[in-house]
Formats: sequence, structure tokens, C-alpha cells
Amino acid sequence: MEHISEAAAAKIAEICDRYANEKTPLMMILSDIQNEYGYIPLDVQQIVSEKTGISVAEIYGVVTFYSFFSLEPKGKYVIGCCLGTACYVKGAQQIIDKFSELIGIGPGETSEDGLFTIDALRCIGACGIAPAVTINGKVYPKLTVDMVEPIVDEYRALGGAN
Amino acid sequence: MKNFEELSTKICACEEALNSKLDGSNGKRAILLCGGTGCISSNSLEIKDKFQQMIDEKEMNDKVTVNIVGCFGFCSQGPFVKIYPEDTLYRLVQLEDVEEIFEKDIIGGEIVERLLYVDPATQEKVVKQEDINFYKKQKRIALHGCGVINPENIDEAMGKGAFVGLKRALSMTQQEVLDEILASGLRGRGGGGFPAGRKWSFAYATEADQKYVVCNGDEGDPGAFMDRSILEGNPFAVIEGMMIAGYAIGASEGYFYVRAEYPIAVNRLKNAIKQMNEAGVLGENIMGSGFSFQAHIRLGAGAFVCGEETALLNSIEGKRGMPRPRPPFPAVKGLWGKPTIVNNVETLACVPYILREGSAEFAACGTENSKGTKVFALGGKVNNVGLVEVPMGTTLRELIYDIGGGIPNGKEFKAIQTGGPSGGCLTAAHLDEPIDFDNLVAKGSMMGSGGAIVMDEDNCMVDVAKFYMEFICDESCGKCSPCRIGTKRMLEILTRITEGNGTMQDLEELEELGQAVQANSLCALGQTAANPIISTLRNFRDEYIAHIVDKKCPAKICKNLMRYAIVQDNCFGCGMCAKMCPADAIARTDYVAPGKKLASFQIDPAKCLKCGACIETCKFSAIEKQ
Repeated sequence: MEHISEAAAAKIAEICDRYANEKTPLMMILSDIQNEYGYIPLDVQQIVSEKTGISVAEIYGVVTFYSFFSLEPKGKYVIGCCLGTACYVKGAQQIIDKFSELIGIGPGETSEDGLFTIDALRCIGACGIAPAVTINGKVYPKLTVDMVEPIVDEYRALGGAN
Repeated sequence: MKNFEELSTKICACEEALNSKLDGSNGKRAILLCGGTGCISSNSLEIKDKFQQMIDEKEMNDKVTVNIVGCFGFCSQGPFVKIYPEDTLYRLVQLEDVEEIFEKDIIGGEIVERLLYVDPATQEKVVKQEDINFYKKQKRIALHGCGVINPENIDEAMGKGAFVGLKRALSMTQQEVLDEILASGLRGRGGGGFPAGRKWSFAYATEADQKYVVCNGDEGDPGAFMDRSILEGNPFAVIEGMMIAGYAIGASEGYFYVRAEYPIAVNRLKNAIKQMNEAGVLGENIMGSGFSFQAHIRLGAGAFVCGEETALLNSIEGKRGMPRPRPPFPAVKGLWGKPTIVNNVETLACVPYILREGSAEFAACGTENSKGTKVFALGGKVNNVGLVEVPMGTTLRELIYDIGGGIPNGKEFKAIQTGGPSGGCLTAAHLDEPIDFDNLVAKGSMMGSGGAIVMDEDNCMVDVAKFYMEFICDESCGKCSPCRIGTKRMLEILTRITEGNGTMQDLEELEELGQAVQANSLCALGQTAANPIISTLRNFRDEYIAHIVDKKCPAKICKNLMRYAIVQDNCFGCGMCAKMCPADAIARTDYVAPGKKLASFQIDPAKCLKCGACIETCKFSAIEKQ
């Protein structure tokens, strides 16, 4: 297991303190940690448990239930391919397949260089511009298979995996 | 604002300001841009900044204003720019077009013809929004204010009737408010269609020191985005609806549970709550009425089942989002064990209208048991993709052809899927059926939250059923075994059929399993899980049989049942396909087609990966799917 730096531990404690007045703060704490670090490994759950008095078993149960929470770090660029119905009937499967082919990983996986994660998303509500893909929050509308490669190249050029 | 009088004065002033902005009597022209998720991803914010930059450069701030508004609904034609007081609507506007619009229209007063909407039927250019067919049959109640007001500005919301309903509610008794909602016939827009007034009455009748109103904004149905658009376009109305509900049942706290996938909606909601607190419309002893209310936001974390109300409550309580057995119903024992009503975003958005205009006005449109309007997210294979609000009782034909503009590329309409993974597919035989809660159920589908996905001849209905079953299988929370195991088994059978290994026995088993899961699951997710299968089996049984008996996919979607072949008489023998083929599956034959110079090619089905690269390469349309 990775070791947590003192600074990170202090930050996690601070996140827990933000919601000290809430009746049931666990979801909010976990969301903030996920946003801050990109994942919620077991030793972080341990700190949350100590701070909140909620058992690690329960925290682990919640972390693994929701698809937004991750036990593993995600890539620098998270490619979320919408596979909602409107996108699906307009060929979203071919789009995600193309991303997978170009990057060499399947949905839910992270590339070895830590640059990309591909996620299959349930409807992001952008049905008017189907098929849609989000990359770190930026929405790419009305994609076609040909448009995938230039997008991947663009992010490869940005590079800078941590 | 400290009392109702101040509120009334403020509302009057805001109405005047908004009206004079739109009719130009303030001496300025107003540029409105769609700021919904779809248009923002097509750069509408950059377009707005560019307009502002041009206004600044030309020093025209005293003559022109620019701001974003909520969704115009016509998403496939976005981004939109609308110019008042002329009410000119430009569509598909790009950053490069800003200068031309500014020079020609804003300065020159001349319409930029090439950016107008063209009616596909008549090829005529349409200047005003209200003259576009897409909008003609619509009536905006839940979407009131969307596309007109700046969703980040409380004054504009008040200019469009915000808080008039709240003010009236606070001058009535709780029972009178309940009676008004009951009389309106408002039914829950989130799926089941339970009468909102009755739900509220249960919570009102339950004694407790604390009660809660929860707004369900966990819009998870794939293909549905009406709740997102309402929250993005007029968050004030939803909060006002929540407050009226709170007053009626005796709750002083409300929770919005919104998908984390909707960052723009969440930010506008946060901003609206803040502005309402500052204005004294939210908080302690609101305008001296003695009624106090506070609204909070909770984010989802990507679990579809949290759209189920008891699972949603568990999620707010920081637990795994699994449903609770009912009874007790949330109206008796809900959030933290207190009486709670859970209403969908669209339902709450209708409430201020009912209080402002009266229940009779709301009930004036719709069918006998489904009053008012319904917002649909029209998507899939239809020309006009977007958000539409129509009176209950509108027919599917009006929705798909008059508003939706029909099926693109001259294809044949095959089915419309309503109700998402809980709903079913309706066919051409149902086109003249009026849409309301009960009629859709009677015809084997359901209203659901309002997703309406149109499918054409190129969609395979077995594949569609499999798509929904994969979704449900993924999202089943695993608490009860009928849903956890039953959906998995149904998916296995469907997969078998789409791969060409199905038997007729499988169809019987699907039906039997479907009924078992329907009857025995704990929550609506499982109870409705089999609907896509049952409705496609009923309406498109021949497609299932084609997969099983003839080993063919009529729509040519299921890869295992489809092969690529070269029509040798059309083949010029250029060899481009063979070069593109990643699997070396294409080779030259000895056959020279009549009138051609080179021998034709053929595909070895044993090697073919069915990637489709060849069909895209061939310039002579000599390759086809069979």
C-alpha cells in the first residue's frame, strides 16, 4: 500500500472537518477526496474512519458502490464516452471502440503511462449533440469515428503524465 | 425584502425591466445566447464573450446587452443567438459568425439570412422562433422562463413571474395549498405518475418535529435531459416549487439530489439558492410570514438506482444507494426517519405555475387523468433533436413528425422508445395514440421521466433490448436476488440470440424470467427491468425469430449474424479494399465482370473481422452488408 504524506493526511482531515456539522457527511467527504486526488485508496479510508467514527468496512462499501469513486488512480485525461441510448443509436459504440483501439486499453482501464483512462458513461444528458464524449469535463459534440484520432493525438501532444 | 409588499413592488419593477429589455423600450437591443450543456459544448460561452468584446470595442454598452439564457430546446440546431426586440433567431452560430452578425444586424439592422433556420419541408427561411414548426405545438409550463431569463439572475426570474406563486401559497392555509395541487391533477413527472397532491397529503397528515422535501434530480434514464435543462434554465422555479411543497406539508428543510454529471445545473442551482437567501426569499421567517425554509444540495456519485426514491434517501444519508422495503413510505418515514416527500425536478417546476395561474389553468390542458404538459427529450433518429414540452394527449405522430420533423435520410420509422430502461418500444401502429401516463402503460410502455428515442430501420430491436438489459445488469444494486440474478440470466439469453446461438425455447424463458423479475423485485428498477424485452418481444417477435431461426439480423447490426460481401459485378478490381483490410481477408478472384478490365475481389468470411474498413474505402459501392 502506498504511504500517505503528512500533507495529504492533513488535507484529508481538513476535508472531513468541512462537514463536521452535517448529520451524514460521508458522501460529501468522499466526493471531495475523489475530486482532490482522483481516487480513494484504503489508507485514505482509514483516515476518514478515524475522523468520522464510521467503520472502514462501511466506507469501503460506499466507495465501491458508486461508480464515481475509484480505488485506483485514474489517468491524467479521463475520456468519458457517453453510451446513453441517444448516443448509442447514433454509433457511440464505434466511438469508444476507436478510442480503445488507439490507446490500447478497454473501458474502465488506465493506460500504463498514466495518460489516459477510458470510461463508459451512462447518459450525460447531452442527447442533442449525440454521440458525445467528455475529456476532463470538456464536451466533444457529434463525434464521428474519423474525429477520434486527432483528439487522441492532441492530448498525447499535451502529454505530461504525472 | 422583508415583507410581501416589498416583494410585490420588486416583482413589478423586475417585470417592467424584463419587458422593456425584450420589447426594446429600454432603448437597447438584447442578444440572448443559449447556455445549456449542449450549446456550451459548441462554444456558446466563447460566442457570448466575443459579442461582449465587440460591444466594448465599439463602445455600444448603452445600446446593446448580451447574456446567456437557458436551453432553447432545439439542441441539434445549436448554438443559438436570439436578438430582441426583433426576435430574430440565428442557429448553428460559430465564433466566426459573430463579427458578421454584429456588423450586419446589430449595427446595420439587416438580417443575416444564411444563419436563419430553413424549414426542411418548404425550404423557406424562418426568422422567428415561434414560426418554426418545432415550436408550434409546444406549451411551456415546466420550462417556463427557460430560454428567456438569465438563469443566474434573480431579477430576471422575478420578471417572469418567480415567487408570485410562493407569495400566494404563503397567504393560504396548508390545506388550501394541498387542495390546489390536488385540484390541478398534477402527477409525478419522474416515472410512476403518482398524484403529487396525495403524496403531499400523506406527509402533511404525519405528525413529526421535522419533515423534509427532497427534489429528485438524479436523472439517470439514458436519453433523458429535461431535468438538467430545467435546472440550467430556471433553477428559481424549482426552488420555489420545493418551498411551496415545504410550506404545504410543514417542512423547513429541502434537499436537491443532483447528478454529479451535471456541473452547470449544480452551479446555477447553488447560485440561485445564494441569491434567494440574499433577497430574503429563502431563510428564516420569510417576508414576515413565519415560514422558514432552507435548501441544500447533495450530489450523486454515479449510481442509476439512486433515482429510486428510497435508494436516493439512503444515498443522502451517506450509505450505499440501495432501496428500502416499502411500507413505510417516505411520506411517513423518509430521510433520517422523518416524513419526506420526494418529487422530481419537473414536478416541482410545475408547482409555481399552478399557484400563480391557478389549478384550473393547469388542468385546462391534458387528458382526463393526465393534466398539464410533459417535457420530452426527443432524440435518436429524428430530424429535430431537442427538448419539447407538449400538452398531455399529444399524439406520437405529432411528436415525431410535426415537432420532430420526421426521420432523417428518408429512412423508415420503426419504433419510439419511451420511459428509458423501464419503458418499452412503441411502433408505427401506435403513432396516433395520445401520450399520457395511463395510455402509454396500456400500450406496453410508460411515460418514465420523458426520454423519447426514435429508431429507424437500421436499429435492431434485439440489440436495443440487449442494450437496456446490459444497462440494468450494470446498475442493479444487488440487494434482492430476482433483480441481481434475473437480469443477468436475461442478458445471457439475449447475448446468445444476438450471437446466433439462440433457440425458440429461449423466447419462452425470457418471458417467464421477465415475469418473475417483475413480480418479485424489491424496487421499480427490477420491477420494470424486463419491459424493454417484453415490449420488443410483443411488437418485434419476427426480428427475434429471424435471429434464431434464419440466423440473420434484419437491421444488420448484430456482428455475428452479418457478413460483408463484394458484389462482383460492381467490382472494378482496383484493390483498395484489399489494401485497407487489416485481416488480409480480401483476395482477387479469376472473375472479370462484364464491362470491367480487372478481375474482381472477394472476402473470405472466415478471416473477416467485420470492421467495415472495406465498405468505407470502396468508391463504387461494390461492398455490402448481408
